[in-house]
Amino acid sequence: MDWGQLWRITSTPDNVPIVALLFLIPFYTWYGLRQAFANDKLIEELEKNPEMTKTHHRKTLPWKPGWAQEVHVWPFLLRVEFLAAIIVTVILMVWSITLNAPLEEPSNPTLTMNPSKAPWYFLGLQEMLVYFDPWMAGVVLPSLIIVGMMAIPYFDTNPLGNGYYTYKQRKFAILTFCFGFLVLWISMIVIGTFIRGPGWVWFWPGQTWDHNIVVYQPNKDLPDFFGITNAWGKAVIGLAFLGGFGAVTGGAIHKWIMSDDFSKKVYQKMSLLQYATLQFFLITMMLLPVKMILRLTLNFKYILVTPWLNL
Amino acid sequence: MAEETNGSGQPNGNGNGNGKKGLATLIEKAVADGKALQKRALSEAEEYKDIQKTHLWKSVFRVKHDETPRSRSLSVLTNVFLHLHPSKINRDAVRYGFTWGMGGITFYLFIVLTFTGILLMYYYHPTKADAFRDILYLEHDVPFGKLLRNMHRWGAHLMVITVWLHMFRVFLTGSYKKPREFNWAVGVILMLFTLLLSFTGYLLPDDQLGFWAVTVGTNMARATPLLGTEGPLGPQLGMTPFNDVRFALLGGSIVDSNALLRAYIWHCIAIPFIVAIFLAVHFWRVRKDGGISGPAPVVLAGEVKELK
Repeated sequence: MDWGQLWRITSTPDNVPIVALLFLIPFYTWYGLRQAFANDKLIEELEKNPEMTKTHHRKTLPWKPGWAQEVHVWPFLLRVEFLAAIIVTVILMVWSITLNAPLEEPSNPTLTMNPSKAPWYFLGLQEMLVYFDPWMAGVVLPSLIIVGMMAIPYFDTNPLGNGYYTYKQRKFAILTFCFGFLVLWISMIVIGTFIRGPGWVWFWPGQTWDHNIVVYQPNKDLPDFFGITNAWGKAVIGLAFLGGFGAVTGGAIHKWIMSDDFSKKVYQKMSLLQYATLQFFLITMMLLPVKMILRLTLNFKYILVTPWLNL
Repeated sequence: MAEETNGSGQPNGNGNGNGKKGLATLIEKAVADGKALQKRALSEAEEYKDIQKTHLWKSVFRVKHDETPRSRSLSVLTNVFLHLHPSKINRDAVRYGFTWGMGGITFYLFIVLTFTGILLMYYYHPTKADAFRDILYLEHDVPFGKLLRNMHRWGAHLMVITVWLHMFRVFLTGSYKKPREFNWAVGVILMLFTLLLSFTGYLLPDDQLGFWAVTVGTNMARATPLLGTEGPLGPQLGMTPFNDVRFALLGGSIVDSNALLRAYIWHCIAIPFIVAIFLAVHFWRVRKDGGISGPAPVVLAGEVKELK
């Protein structure tokens, strides 16, 4: 265990935000879900007890008859905002006094940095470069992430859970979003920061970075597993695999939605276009973990091999 | 002395009598006038004690700052900096637990970054010859230069984190649902621009870190389908290193002085300008879509007609 190596990675000034993220993300996930579960408990009670629905104020927050529904922005909101501004300023000041922004040597095109890492918030994309070619990892997938996120409100037809934390009423949405945000995006950043070393080689936390390491990884494409060398054959088997992957993943998602009475009702409200869009983005998202696993276990490189593009 | 005292005791006594007596009355008069003036000044100064009643104050602040509901509402609604707020909000919305304050903190960091960024611009030339030296100068010679640069750097990192947490909160509370669908989309664009702002700033110190991060980042643009020289179908469409999308980003085929200038202009002018417009829309829509979404009372599945 090389604690020095671990400390060098953790204490690199530009990595401090990720160390903060390691605490902030779990904290706020817990903080949000705690309120969600509290609301779920209340929802259950209300469903059991129809009389209660007529009188209850339907929040887990304190309430007494006679309390005003609304409060004045001044002073009740503005003082909170003012306090937040002061606290953020103090945090930023202390951080800026104690830790210097990094400045390396002057730029030198003839001297490549190794590892050459993007800013931490793009390390998820850089990590994706391991599993996909640049056109996919650097251009198509980021664009799809942005478009897919913008599209969320337009295919989420579940009318419940608007304006309050809940897990029970939005299981499908919460689970898929948390998978994308926490499991894929945040953990890929963590891998890119703490695991990847010189030559973008996988070093476990605490393992010493070997700057001379050469990894012999004979990558195999899908056609190689079947011994196919013909260009047409490669394209056909690649497309067949992708089609099969889409069908199986889409089918599994469909089955998952149908396994629950409530999701089924939400599904029935969806138009064909909405459902197809949802499936498209979810299947594309699932392509990443599948390729990650294949890559990390079998040194699997491409599914689809054509003279113009590889996937 | 006695004569003078008598003389001053007579009203309208001045103007008459001899010169000596006239001077004495004049002095008496001046003293009396002085006293009256002092009295007046003191009584006027008494009025200035309550600064809120002065003409100057009233001209600046058009509203009384007492604790009546009317004044409390007006002090928010008639203030140009605060008027994006409503006058009243949901009593539970001021609790930290619901919003986590992340949207507001993100905006505050944007202001801090604009402020520190403007100050940094005074000491920086976006040229290959000067850029790196300017950072050294900033760190070692400019008063508080190091603090300024550190605040700008860490503020930017913090802003990326708060944007993500804001998005996470909005998702968990389902706040993107009707009628706020469009504002969620605007928010996604703002998040994208936050990342781009941070990324374009990365190159500006012109050190190894920024240079290679931007080299790696823009090399990916080579692989853009159709528009990149190494992207699928790019070469077939006539893309070369001298006319593809990477060339447009860098203003050349390598990361050099043009790239530095482009990054500088994107970072300091173009993207902040775009972000300011989207921010205005984002805040405007928060109000127009009915304020922040909650904490709303929970709705039961059985109560929604469309789910039956």
